[in-house]
Amino acid sequence: MSARPLRVVGHPAPRVDGLEKVTGRARYVTDLVLPGMAHAKVLRSPYAHARVTRVDVARARVRPGVFTALSSADLTWCEPYFGPAFRDRPVLAIDVARHEGEPVAAVAAVDEATAAEALELIDVDYEPLPSAITLEEALGPGAPLVHTGEPLSGHFADLSTLRPQPGTNVCHRFHFERGDTVTALAGADLVVEDTYRFPPVQHVALEPHAVLAAWDETGALTLWASTQNPYSVRVELAKMFGLPLARIRVIVPHLGGGFGSKTYAKLEPLAAALARAAGRPVRLAASVPEAFQTVRRCAARVGTRVGFRRDGTLVAVECAADYDVGAYADIGPRVVQKATYTATGPYRVPHVKLDARAVYTNTTPGGAFRGFGVPQLAWALESLFDVAADRLDRDPVDLRRQNFLAHGEEFAPGDTPIDGKLEESLGRAAEAIGWTRAGAADRGRGVAAMLKASVAPSVSEAIVRLHTDGSVSVLASAVEMGQGTRTVLAQIAAEVLSVPLARVTVVQPDTAVTPYDQTTSSSRSTAMTGRAVQVAAEDVREQLVRVVAEALGVAARDLALEDGAVVAPARRLTYAEVLVLRFGMSGGELIGRGVIAPGRTAAPLGGSTPFWEMAVGAAEVSVDEETGAVRVERYVSVADVGRAINPLLLEGQDEGGVVQGLGHTLLEEMLYADGHLLNGTLLAYRVPRADDAPPALECRFVENADGSGPFGAKGAGEGSLIPVSPAVANALARLTGVRFRDLPLTPERVWRALRARGR
Amino acid sequence: MRIRLAVNGRAQDLEVASHALLLDVLRDVLDLKGAKRSCDTQVCGACTVLVDGLAVSACTYLAVEADGRSVLTVEGLADGESLDPLQRAFLDAGAVQCGFCTSGMLLTARALLRENGAPTRDDVLHYLRGSLCRCTGYRKIVDAVLTAAETAR
Repeated sequence: MSARPLRVVGHPAPRVDGLEKVTGRARYVTDLVLPGMAHAKVLRSPYAHARVTRVDVARARVRPGVFTALSSADLTWCEPYFGPAFRDRPVLAIDVARHEGEPVAAVAAVDEATAAEALELIDVDYEPLPSAITLEEALGPGAPLVHTGEPLSGHFADLSTLRPQPGTNVCHRFHFERGDTVTALAGADLVVEDTYRFPPVQHVALEPHAVLAAWDETGALTLWASTQNPYSVRVELAKMFGLPLARIRVIVPHLGGGFGSKTYAKLEPLAAALARAAGRPVRLAASVPEAFQTVRRCAARVGTRVGFRRDGTLVAVECAADYDVGAYADIGPRVVQKATYTATGPYRVPHVKLDARAVYTNTTPGGAFRGFGVPQLAWALESLFDVAADRLDRDPVDLRRQNFLAHGEEFAPGDTPIDGKLEESLGRAAEAIGWTRAGAADRGRGVAAMLKASVAPSVSEAIVRLHTDGSVSVLASAVEMGQGTRTVLAQIAAEVLSVPLARVTVVQPDTAVTPYDQTTSSSRSTAMTGRAVQVAAEDVREQLVRVVAEALGVAARDLALEDGAVVAPARRLTYAEVLVLRFGMSGGELIGRGVIAPGRTAAPLGGSTPFWEMAVGAAEVSVDEETGAVRVERYVSVADVGRAINPLLLEGQDEGGVVQGLGHTLLEEMLYADGHLLNGTLLAYRVPRADDAPPALECRFVENADGSGPFGAKGAGEGSLIPVSPAVANALARLTGVRFRDLPLTPERVWRALRARGR
Repeated sequence: MRIRLAVNGRAQDLEVASHALLLDVLRDVLDLKGAKRSCDTQVCGACTVLVDGLAVSACTYLAVEADGRSVLTVEGLADGESLDPLQRAFLDAGAVQCGFCTSGMLLTARALLRENGAPTRDDVLHYLRGSLCRCTGYRKIVDAVLTAAETAR
C-alpha cells in the first residue's frame, strides 16, 4: 500500500473526552460511589522527625460509625513497606516518623466528619528527634540520619545498581565520566563555574491524590486510583498482600492533573489496607495540604564547571549535583541518575565528569515532576552558557549553535543517536522573539535549550479490536491526565484503519482489561504506547486485507483501506462485510496486538532512550526596579517533536509547561521553618494565575518526522518547561546586569539584588 | 434545616444540616458531581457555581445560604443537547485538558459574560484570578471566553 496523505494524524482534532469534561460528566475517583463505601482520614506526624513510642487507636475504633482504625501495629498480615526504588516507605509510620505529615494512623468511618472526629481519639506519643531539613543539614558532619537501616530494593531492574552510603543520608550516588576533565579544564581558555539552587516545589494537580479500594467476595482487590502507573501500583499491592498480579485490578478514571505527582504508589497501599480491615469499600481522598505532604519535586544544589576554547568550542563539563529526595526515596534515585546523565544538555562535550547524590532529608518525599530532574541541571548549565558568552564576547545564540549536537550524532556510546535538529528549534525561537532586532530599552531577552532522555528500557502493549459494525476499541493503559493521550491514541488507530475519529473508543486503563504499559510519564505515551497502538491497528489491517485477498482471490498488494472499507480493483467491501466473510455471520471481531519492548542495551543507563526530547525557549522580560517584580512579556517555545499527532493538544501541553515553569521561576517554593512546612496550602503557596501568564505566548514545533514513534513522532510535553528558568534569568541578566543563581526570582530577591548592584 | 431552592431550573426541597456546605449538598445529595473539591479555601475555583447568577465557591458556601435562591452548576449550562457558547468555545479552542478546573472556569466565565457581554482580554484575566488551572497555561481558556462572548453577541 502506498503512502497517502494523513487524514486524522496531524490534524487539530478536538479532544475525544472534551464533551464529557465541559458538561461535568467526566468521572474522577472522588466522583465514584460504591454501596457501603466508607471514608478514610489519616492522622499525620506533626514532627519532622520523631520516635513514635505509642499509638493507641482503641478509643477511635469503638466510636460509633467507625469501621476500622489502624496503626502500623495492626498491619501484621501484610508487608508494611513499599516504594519503587527502595521499599523504605511504611504504609503507616513504624517506630519513627521521618517527615511532617507522614501517616501514623488512619480511620475508615461512615463519613468524612466521623472519620475526622475519630482521629482526635487516637493517642500518639512522640519523642522528637533532631532533624535534617536542608541539604546542608543532611550532608554535614554528625547529621541526624533519616534512615538508619539498609532499605530493601524496589522493583525496577534499572535501579538494581542503587548505591546507598551506609551511615550517611545519601541513598544513591551516580557517577559518569568520559575523557579527562582535569586536563581539559586546565587547558581551557575560559572556565566558568558556579553553584545554582532549585527550590522544592509541589505539582499542585488540582485533583489531590485519591483512591477507592474494594475487596470482593473472592478475596481479590480492586482499586480506582488517581495514578499514572496502574501497573506499578499493582506490583506494589501484590507484594504487600502476597497476591497474584491477576487478582489485583487497578482502574484509572480521569485524572485531575498529574505532572508526575501520581507516579508510583502513594495512598493506594493505605486505602487497600483500610478496606481490608473495614470489610467494605474505602475512599481515601487527600486534601491539598496532604498532597503537599505526599510528594514534591526534588530540590537541588548544582555545582557546574564549564570549559571553553577561545573560539567558543565547549571542551569540558563537570557537574556535582545534590538532590534532596526527602524522607523516602520514592523514584528519587532514578530522577537523580537519569537527569544527571544528561547534565551536559544538548551539546557536544568531549570531556565529562558528572557526580550526583540523592540525599534523604526530613521533608516531604521528593519524586517525579515534569522534567524529572533536568530543570534543576538546565538551570545551572544554561545560565553558565550565557555567563560564558558574555566572557567570550559572543552572542548566546551563536555560542549554543556552535556547540549543539548534530542530527545523528552520538550522545553517549550505545545510546540512541540525536534524532532532532536543535539548530532549527533555536533558529525559529530566536527569529520569533526578534533576537537580532533592537529591542525596547526596558526589555531584556534570553534563550535557553534543553535535552532530555525518556525512560529506557520500557514496555508498552496495546490491543485494537475491530467490531462487526466497523467501530474500533483501543485497549491501552496510558493514563489520560489532561495531556490528551486518549485522543492521540484514537487518532493513530483511526489513521491506520481509515475510519473517522468518532468510530474509535479508547478504553479507560484497567489492569484486568487493558494490557501492560509501564508508566504514563517521561513524555513516552505518544511514542511508546502510540507505537503499540499503531502496530496493533496494522495487525488488524493485515487481517482485513488477508480475509479479502483470500475471498476474492486477489493479491494483498492490490487492496487498500479507504473510509471503513477494503477496496479491491473492482469491489469495495465495508469492514462489516469483511467480518461476515471471515466469520460467516455478523459476529466475531478482529483483534490486533502491538508490543513495543526495545529491551536492554549497552547504553550507559542500561537502555537506549526511545527518543530525545529537545526544546528551546526564548523570553522577553521587564522588571519593575521599584518592587523587583519580574514580568515575562513574551515567551516563545520551540520543541522538536518529529510530528505533531495533534497540534492543538500539543500546543496546549507546551503552553501549560511554560506557565508551570514560570511557577518555579518566579513564584513557587515550599518554605520550611523548624522542620515545618510554612506554605502547604493554596492560600500560602502561589501558583501562576491567568494574569501571571505571558501576554504573548507562542509554542511552535519542528516536525521532520524523524522520531521512532508513530508517523515519526517523538515525545513532548516536558521540553517546554525546562528552558523557562534559565531563559528568563538570562533575559534578566542581559537587562539588568545581575546574574541570579537561586530560584524563584521573587520580587524581594530581585529587588535586593538590584539594590546590591548599586542602582 | 429545610431549604427550598432551584438547581439548574429544577425546584428542590431539601433537609440539610445547618453547617452543610453547598458543595457537599450538590455532589452527595443531588449527585451533581461537576463541581469539584480541591483547595477548600476559595482560592482555586474548582467548586465554583452560580447562585442567582453570581459566582460563589461552593466549598465554603453554606447550603442554607442558598435557600430561596437559584443555583446553576455545569450540568445546567447546556440546553439539552445544545451546548452553551462557552462550552463550545472551550472545546474548540483546546481550553480543556484534565477537566478538573473546567466546570468552575465555565461558570466563572458565565458570570463575567452576564456582567459584561463584551469583555476585553484584561477583563477576562482579572475575572479568572480566582480560578486556577495547572494544565493549560490559561491562554486557550482566555481565548475561549473571548470567542464565546463574540458568539453570544
